[in-house]
Amino acid sequence: HPCILECFPSPTSDLLKENKSLEVTASSRHYVDRLFDLDPQKVLQGVIDMKNAVIGNNKQKANLIVLGAVPRLLYLLQQESSSTELRTECAVVLGSLAMGTENNVKSLLDCHIIPALLQGLLSPDLKFIEACLRCLRTIFISPVTPEDLLYTDATVISHLMALLSRSRYTQEYICQIFSHCCKGPDHQTILFNHGAVQNIAHLLVSTSYKVRMQALKCFSVLAFENPQVSMTLVNVSVDGELLPQIFVKMLQRDKPIEMQLTSAKCLTSMCRAGAIRTDDSCIVLKTLPCLVRMCSKERLLEERVEGAETLAYLIETDVELQRIASITDHLIVMLADYFKYPSSVSAITDIKRLDHDLKHAHELRQAAFKLYASLGANDEDIRKKIIETENMMDRIVNGLSESSIKVRLAAVRCLHSLSRSVQQLRTSFQDHAVWKPLMKVLQNAPNEILIVASSTLCNLLLEFSPSKEPILESGAIELLCSLTQSENLALRVNGIWALMNMAFQAEQKIKSDILRGLSTEQLFQLLSDSDVNVLMKTLGLLRNLLSTRPHIDHIMSTHGKQIMQAVTLILEGEHNIEVKEQTLCILANIADGTTAKELIMTNDDILQKIKYYMSHSNAKLQLAAMFCISNLIWNGEEGSQERQDKLRDMGIVDILHKLSQSSDPNLCDKAKTALQQYLA
Amino acid sequence: MGHPQPLWAAVQAPHQCIVQRDNHLPAAGCTVADTSQDGTALHHRTASRERYLGDDEEPTQLPTSLGVHHTCITSLARGSHGKTPKDAASVRATHPIPAACGIYYFEVKIVSKGRDGYMGIGLSAQGVNMNRLPGWDKHSYGYHGDDGHSFCSSGTGQPYGPTFTTGDVIGCCVNLINNTCFYTKNGHSLGIAFTDLPPNLYPTVGLQTPGEVVDANFGQHPFVFDIEDYMREWRTKIQAQIDRFPIGDREGEWQTMIQKMVSSYLVHHGYCATAEAFARSTDQTVLEELASIKNRQRIQKLVLAGRMGEAIETTQQLYPSLLERNPNLLFALKVRQFIEMVNGTDSEVRCLGGHSPKSQDSYPVSPRSFSSPSMSPSHGMNIHNLATGKGSSTHFSGFESSCSNGVISNKGHQSYCHSKHTATSLNVPELNNINVSRSQQVNSYSSNDVDMETDHYSNGVAETSSNGFLNGSSKHDHEMEECDTEMEVDSSQLRRQLCGGSQAAIERMIHFGRELQAMSEQLRRECGKNTANKKMLKDAFSLLAYSDPWSSPVGNQLDPIQREPVCSVLNSAILETHNLPKQPPLALAMGQASQCLGLMARSGIGSCAFATVEDYLH
Repeated sequence: HPCILECFPSPTSDLLKENKSLEVTASSRHYVDRLFDLDPQKVLQGVIDMKNAVIGNNKQKANLIVLGAVPRLLYLLQQESSSTELRTECAVVLGSLAMGTENNVKSLLDCHIIPALLQGLLSPDLKFIEACLRCLRTIFISPVTPEDLLYTDATVISHLMALLSRSRYTQEYICQIFSHCCKGPDHQTILFNHGAVQNIAHLLVSTSYKVRMQALKCFSVLAFENPQVSMTLVNVSVDGELLPQIFVKMLQRDKPIEMQLTSAKCLTSMCRAGAIRTDDSCIVLKTLPCLVRMCSKERLLEERVEGAETLAYLIETDVELQRIASITDHLIVMLADYFKYPSSVSAITDIKRLDHDLKHAHELRQAAFKLYASLGANDEDIRKKIIETENMMDRIVNGLSESSIKVRLAAVRCLHSLSRSVQQLRTSFQDHAVWKPLMKVLQNAPNEILIVASSTLCNLLLEFSPSKEPILESGAIELLCSLTQSENLALRVNGIWALMNMAFQAEQKIKSDILRGLSTEQLFQLLSDSDVNVLMKTLGLLRNLLSTRPHIDHIMSTHGKQIMQAVTLILEGEHNIEVKEQTLCILANIADGTTAKELIMTNDDILQKIKYYMSHSNAKLQLAAMFCISNLIWNGEEGSQERQDKLRDMGIVDILHKLSQSSDPNLCDKAKTALQQYLA
Repeated sequence: MGHPQPLWAAVQAPHQCIVQRDNHLPAAGCTVADTSQDGTALHHRTASRERYLGDDEEPTQLPTSLGVHHTCITSLARGSHGKTPKDAASVRATHPIPAACGIYYFEVKIVSKGRDGYMGIGLSAQGVNMNRLPGWDKHSYGYHGDDGHSFCSSGTGQPYGPTFTTGDVIGCCVNLINNTCFYTKNGHSLGIAFTDLPPNLYPTVGLQTPGEVVDANFGQHPFVFDIEDYMREWRTKIQAQIDRFPIGDREGEWQTMIQKMVSSYLVHHGYCATAEAFARSTDQTVLEELASIKNRQRIQKLVLAGRMGEAIETTQQLYPSLLERNPNLLFALKVRQFIEMVNGTDSEVRCLGGHSPKSQDSYPVSPRSFSSPSMSPSHGMNIHNLATGKGSSTHFSGFESSCSNGVISNKGHQSYCHSKHTATSLNVPELNNINVSRSQQVNSYSSNDVDMETDHYSNGVAETSSNGFLNGSSKHDHEMEECDTEMEVDSSQLRRQLCGGSQAAIERMIHFGRELQAMSEQLRRECGKNTANKKMLKDAFSLLAYSDPWSSPVGNQLDPIQREPVCSVLNSAILETHNLPKQPPLALAMGQASQCLGLMARSGIGSCAFATVEDYLH
C-alpha cells in the first residue's frame, strides 16, 4: 500500500490543516483496506460503505483513486468468484468515481476500466449489466474519453444493440453512449450497419422520458450530414406512425426545449439529405419556426447557439426557406442580440453570469454570423435587411479580426454572403472599408478561412466594386498568385478566379502585374491543371488579359509564343466544349490585335484548327471559330486583303457560303457578315 | 348583459363600406338587420370561456364575427375616394375579446388587395373612430398591408413585418396573459407587434381603396397558423408557474401545513382509521378525540345510508342539546327522514318489513362517494340510482289516476294515497313479480312479450297492470335514448316501492308526515316564516303526488346523493359545538382558489384561462 505521507506531502506547515488532511486520507485508507479482507461478506460491506462515502464527495473520490482503490475494485468486478452483488456494487462505486472530475475519469481509463466493464456486459445478471452500463455511460460522456474505445472490438456494438431490449435503463444508457460516441461518418456507418435505426426507433415512443430523449439524440447524431441514415429514417415507422411524424410531435411547444431542439435537428438533417422536401409543411410550418424560437432571448445561451447553427444549416441552400426565416419572429433583429454578450450589466452584478456569458460569447457570435450568411445567401432584400441591422458592418469587421478562428470564419462567410449584392459592394462595403480586415484575414490564415475569404475577395474585385483599387494597392495580386499555387483545389480556383475578375477591363499596368506575378510557368501549370474549373478560370483570365487592341498586341509581343503554344495544346487535347469555346474566344481576341494577328496568320496549324471548328457539329464552337475568321478578314485594316486571300485559298469562303445557308440564325448572320467583307 | 354596441353604427359613416352577406351580393348600405348573435360552433378555437364567471353574470361572448353573420367585407369607394386616409373605414367585431379566454386569435384572408392594398388588420377599443384604419388613433392597433408597418395608436408606423397582398392570410393573436399581440402571415409568426395592450379590444379590419376585399376567420375554419401549439406552450408555462410557485419554506413549515390540512380533512369527514394512521406516520396530534370522530362517523354513516331516524336519535343521545338549539337543522333532518321513508330506507319503515334486504343498502358503499361526501360534484351513483327510480315506474300506477285528477293538496293526498294502497297492498308479491318481468319486457321491447305480460296480469290487478303498461310505454317516448342502458342496470336489481312496499310502513310515513307538518307550523310560530323550510317541506310532500316519485320532477330528492348536504350540515353543526371549524381547511382553500380564478377572469387577468382547480384534484 502506498504511504500516506508520500501521497499527501503536507503543503503547508499549518498543523491543523495537516491533521485534517491526514484524517481524511486515514479514513479513505480504511475504506481501501477493507477491500482486501478475506471474508467476502466484509468486502461487500466495505464496498457498500465506500459507495455511501463517495457520493457527491470529490475529495473522497480523489483520495480513493490515489490510494489505489480502482485496480482492486476492477479486480473484484472481474473475478468470476465474486458474488453478483459484490460485482454490481463495485460497478456502482466505479461509476460514482467517474462522476467526479475529469482527472478521475483519466485515472479510471488508465486502469483499463472500459474493457473490464464491457466484459461485464456479458453477465446474465441484469442489475450488474445496468451498473456496468451506467458506469460506461458516465465515462463515455466525459470529454477526456476517446470515443474510438467503443469501436475497438466489433462485437461490442452488436452486443449493446442486443442489450437494448433488456430494460429502460439499458436503453437509456446505451442510447446515451451511442449519441456521445458517434462522431463522423465512420461511426455513423458502423452503428447504422448494426441496425441502430431499427433497434432504436421504437424507443422514441417509450414511456420513459429519458429513454425517448436519448433515443432522439441518437437519431440526431446518426442522421447529421448523413444522407444514408436520413433517407432510411424517413420510411421507418413505429406503431404505424412514420418517424417524421413522431419528430414533429416532439417539436410541439409544450415539450421540453431539449426535445424540441433535438427533433428539429433530426428533421433538418433529413431535409438537407433530401429525404424531406424543403416545402414540406413539417419543415416550413414546424421545424423552421421551432428553430427560430430557439434563437429567442428566452432560451439559454447554449440553446440559442445550437438553434441558430441548425437553422443556418437548414436554410443554407433554399431561398424560400431563407425568405420565410427572414420574416419569422423578427429573426434578423433577434440575432443582433447575439453580439451583446457579455452584457455590461452582467459584468457588474454577477461574476458567475459574466463567466457564463464570456464562455458563450464566441459561440453566440459565430452562430449569428453563420445564420446571417445563410439568410443572405440568395435574396437581395434580405441582405439589405441584414446590413441595415444595427452596427452590422462594424460587427462583421470586428469579427474578421477576432482571435477565435470559428468567429473569424463565420464572419468571413457572412461577409461573403453579403458580398453577392452589387448594391452593398458599392455602398456599405465601401463605407466600412471591409477590404482592409479581409486582406488581413487572408494573411497566414488556415485554409478553411482562406477559401471563404478569397471567394469574398473575388466579389470585391468585380470591376464595378469601388474596393477594387485599394485592394490592388495592398498587394492583392501577389497574394492571389500565391493562392494559385496552393495544394488546395478550392484555393487555386478562388485565386485564379479573383485574378480573372481583377483583369476584367483592367488597365494595362494591372494586366502586366498579373502576368508578371503569375509568371508564364505558373500560367502553363494552371492550363494543364487537372481540374476543369481551374482551367476555365485560367482561360477566362487569358481572355480578360487579351482585351482591347493595344493590350493584346503588347501581351502577344511578350508572351505570344507561349500563349499560341498553350492554345494549340488545349485545342488538340481532350477537353469539353466549354473549354474549347473559351480557347477559341481567346484566339478571336488575339485575331483582334493589330500585330497579334500575324501570330495566327503565320501559324498554319492554328488556321487549320479554326477551319476545322467552323465545320464542327457544335454551333457554339462554330460561332467562336467564325469570330476568329471575322476578326482576321475585317476590311480597312492593314493587310486585310492578304489575309482574305490566304483564307480563301484555304477554302474558308466555301465554308462561309455553306454556313450562310445554316438554319442557325446566329451562324447564318455571322457568315453573311463575313462574306460581305470579301465583297467590299 | 347588454350586447356590445353593434358595429355598423361606425361604418354607416360617409363611405361606402358594404358588408357582403355570405359572399352574396351586397345589400344596399349597411344593414344592421339581425343583431341576434349566434356564435355557436365558433368557440372551439379559443382557450376557454364562461367557465370562470359567477352565476350572477351572463357568459361573456367571444368576438366571433365582424358584424352579424358576415365575415367578408368589401370596400367600395367612389370616384376619387381611397386616396386620402379620410376615405378609410373600419369594421369591428361584435364583441370585445374577454380576458378570460387567455389567448385569442383570428385570421383575415386578403381576397383582393383592390387598387392600392391599403388594408389594416388589428384591434381597437370601443369608441375609436371607425372611419380610420386601425392603428392610427388612441387605443387602436394595426398592421398595414401596403408598407408592412405596425401602427400603435399613432399616425406613423414602425417597420414591423413584410407587406401583404391578395392571397395572403394574416393572423392576429392577442395574448391576454402578458397583454401582447403578434401577427402571422400565411402561418408564420411575425413576432411581437404590440405590448401593454389595454383590455376589451375588438378585432378590427380597415380598408381604404376601392376593390379591397377581405374574409375573416374567427375559427369557423381551420386556421393556417398553428395556434393550438402556441396555446399548448402557454398552458405549460402557466402550469409550470403554478407548480414552481415559491413557498417560503422554513424548516418544513410547508410540509407540516399540508399534513395538517390533510389530517383535518380526514378528521372532519370522520375517517378515523385513516386519520389516525396518517397522524401517526406524520407525527401529528389530532385535535379531536378519537371517540368523538367515531361518533360523528357513525352518525354520518347513518345519514348516508338513509337511516335518518336512527341518525337523529343517535345525535340526540350523543349531543343532547345540539338539535334543541338548532330547530331548523332538526326540521331539515326530519324532512330528510320523511323522504327516506318514501324511499323505504329509513329505519322506521324498514323495520316494518315488506322490504327486500337488498335495498337496505340503497346507498351502496362505493369508495368514491364516501371519499368526499360533502362535495363530490358528479356522482358515480347518480345514473345508477336514477335508473332504479325510473325502472320502478310501474309500481305506483294507482297514483296515476289521483294525479291526473289534479288533487295536489297535501292533506287530502296523504289520506288518498293511504286508502289507495290499502287496496293494492295485498298484491305486493305479485306486483314485484310483474315488475321484474316487465323490466325485461321493456328491455327487449318486442311484441312477443305482450303475451307474456298478460299471463302475469291474470295474477295481478287489471287496472294496475294496464296503467303500468301505459307508464312503461310513455316512459319510452320520453327517454328512448336513455332507457336501454338504464334498464340493463335495472333488471339486475329489485325495484323500489313506496316505503319499501309495506302497508304498515306507508301508514307510518303518513303519520310522520302529519307530525312534520305540525312541526313546521310550530316552527313558524316560534321562529317566524322560513321560506327555505317551507319549500323543503313542500318538495318532500310533493313526492306523494306522483305515482312514481322516483321519476317525478321532484324525484331527485330521493337520490342518495341528496343525503350529502344534510349530512354535511349536521357534521358541521356537531363540529361547531366542539369549537372546530365547520369546513375543513382543505375545502376552504379549494373554494378560495376557485373564487380567485373567477376574480381573475373578471379583472382581466388572462392566465386564469389555463388553470382550473379541478386540474389539481387528481
